[in-house]
Amino acid sequence: MVLAEHTGMRVSEGTYELIGKARELASALGGVTEVALLGPRDLLDQLGGAAIVVSVEHPALAEYLPEAYERAMLEVLAQRSPRLLLMSTATIGLDLGAALSVHWDAPLAAYVSALEIDHGAVMATAQILGGKVLAEVELPGERGIATVLGGVFSAAAGQPAGSPEVVHIVPPAELDALRMSLRQVVEAGGGDVDISVADMLVSVGRGIESQDNLEIVLELANALGCPLSASRPVVDAGWLPKTRQVGQSGLKVKPRVYLALGISGAPEHLEGMRNAELIIACNTDPGAPIFRIAHYGTTVDLFDLVPELVDRVRG
Amino acid sequence: MRIVVPMKAVPDLVEEIELTEDETGIDREYLTFVLNEWDAQALEEALLLRDASGAEVVTVGLADDPEIDQILYTALAKGADAAVKLTGASLTGASGSAGIRTADRAALLAGYLAAQPADLVITGVQAADDLDGQLSSTLAALLDLPHVSVVVSVEVAGGSVTVRQEFAAGRSHELQVQMPAVIGIQSARQAPRYVPVTRVRQAMQAGGLTELAVSPLVGGGGLVVRRMHRPEAIGQAEMLTGNAADVADQIVRLLRARGQVRG
Repeated sequence: MVLAEHTGMRVSEGTYELIGKARELASALGGVTEVALLGPRDLLDQLGGAAIVVSVEHPALAEYLPEAYERAMLEVLAQRSPRLLLMSTATIGLDLGAALSVHWDAPLAAYVSALEIDHGAVMATAQILGGKVLAEVELPGERGIATVLGGVFSAAAGQPAGSPEVVHIVPPAELDALRMSLRQVVEAGGGDVDISVADMLVSVGRGIESQDNLEIVLELANALGCPLSASRPVVDAGWLPKTRQVGQSGLKVKPRVYLALGISGAPEHLEGMRNAELIIACNTDPGAPIFRIAHYGTTVDLFDLVPELVDRVRG
Repeated sequence: MRIVVPMKAVPDLVEEIELTEDETGIDREYLTFVLNEWDAQALEEALLLRDASGAEVVTVGLADDPEIDQILYTALAKGADAAVKLTGASLTGASGSAGIRTADRAALLAGYLAAQPADLVITGVQAADDLDGQLSSTLAALLDLPHVSVVVSVEVAGGSVTVRQEFAAGRSHELQVQMPAVIGIQSARQAPRYVPVTRVRQAMQAGGLTELAVSPLVGGGGLVVRRMHRPEAIGQAEMLTGNAADVADQIVRLLRARGQVRG
C-alpha cells in the first residue's frame, strides 16, 4: 500500500515512484497494489497505477493535518491489513511514519533507497549517516512500513494505467475531535531569483564554515553570472534564504552545470540536484557521497580553489 | 510551562565511519560523537520560547550516549534551566553495536515524561542515524500526545501552540496544537546561539547535571539489521588532480566546453 501525497489537486511525483515500486513488490509477493487516498476524491483518476484505491473523505483531510492523517491511516491499515506501507521521506513520512509504526505495531525502515523481496521476506536498504553507510534491514512479521527517499525509484512505472477499484472507508469518529487544526496554508514567497530555472548554479554547503565566507563564493557566482544556491545546513543556519535551498525540503533543480562547493551530498540534497547535466564537486573529504553522483570531483580546499576560479573566469 | 528538549549524540559525519566486524553496526569505539544538529535547533527554539513567555527549559539525555555530559553542560551554558541524564536499562547492550534504536530511546524518554510530564516536548526533526524512524512522532505515539514535525517556528498562545510545518519548495502550514504536544524542529527561528568553551567549563565546574533512573515504556520496533556496508563506488566522479591552480584550469575548461564561460 502507498500513501498518496497531493497538493493543489495534483498527486506528487514521489507518489508515482512509490506506486511503481509497490507494483513490482506486489507481483513478487503475489498480491495487489493499493493506494490510500485521504481527502479529495477528485484525484482518483490520477491513481490508476494501483489496483485498488482506498479513499477516506472528511473535511479535516482536505490538506495534510498530522493527527487527522494519522487517525485516518490507522483506520485504513486496520481494515486493509497491507503487508507493507510505503511513504515518502518528505514531511509526511518524517512526521507520520514512526507514529504509525508504534500504533499499528509494525517495524519501520527510514531513508529507504532500495526494496526487494528475498525468499518471501521484505528487505530494505536504508541510507543512514548522511549517505555514508547503507544498512540492509529486514521488515519481519506480517506488516511493515518503509519511508522512501525521493528520486530513487522510477515514476514512469507508477503512472495511471487503468481504472482502479475504489473502496470507501468511513472516517473514524476521532476526526471530529482533533487536538489540532489547520489555520492557514502559506504558499512559498517569491524569492529574488528562481534557482529552479537557472542554467548554472554555484552551490555551497557546510564546508563554507561561516556566513562571512559566503562572500568568496558569491564572487564566483557573480563572475559566472549565475545564482548562488545552497544545501540545507547553510539555509538552516540562516546564512541564505530558503528560496536558495536545493534538496528534498528545498527546490529541485536541473541546471546544465552544478558546481557543488563544500557539499557532502546527504540524500536530502542529492534528491534536489541529481538530474543536473554536469555536476562538479569540491569537497576535502574523498569519501563524501557527493562524489558518487558528481561527474567530476576534487578534494582541493574550496578556499584555495574558488579564488583561482574567479581569476580565470574574470580573465 | 515546562519544555523538555531531548538531546542525542550522533557520530561526527566529518570523520570516516568504521563498521563493526560482524557488519551489523557502526564501530562506536573510535568515533567522535557530537550533538545531533537538529537537537541544537530544537534547543534554540525552546530557549527563544522561554525568553518570550517565561517557560522552564529542561534538556534530557541518555547516560548511554557518548559525550552526553559535554552536550548537556553545553545546553546549560546556553541557558537551559536544568539538565537530566537518564539511566536505566542499558540500551546499547540490548540492541548491540548498532547504537540506540529510536524505539528504545523513545521508550526511556517516554518513561521519564510519563513520570514528569511536560507541556511541550521539542525534539530535532531527525538524526543522521535514526534507521527505525524519527524520535518526535515515536515519542508522541507512546505518550498518546498530538505531534507536528518538520516545524520552523513555535509560538505559545494560552493552552496551545501555533507552529509552522514546512513542506517542499517553501510551502508551509500554520497549525494550532493543544498542549501537551510533541514538536519536531527542522530549524529554529534563528541560528543556534554560540557559547564560548569557557562558559561550558564553568557550567561543568558548577555541576547541575541530575541523574535519574527511569523504567522504559514498552516501545515498538522489531527491525532486523542484516548487514551494514559502505556504498559501492559506482558512478564515481572522475577526480581532477593537481593543486588548486591545476584543478581550476580543468574546471574552467569543462565550463568553456559547455559554453558557461566565454573565451
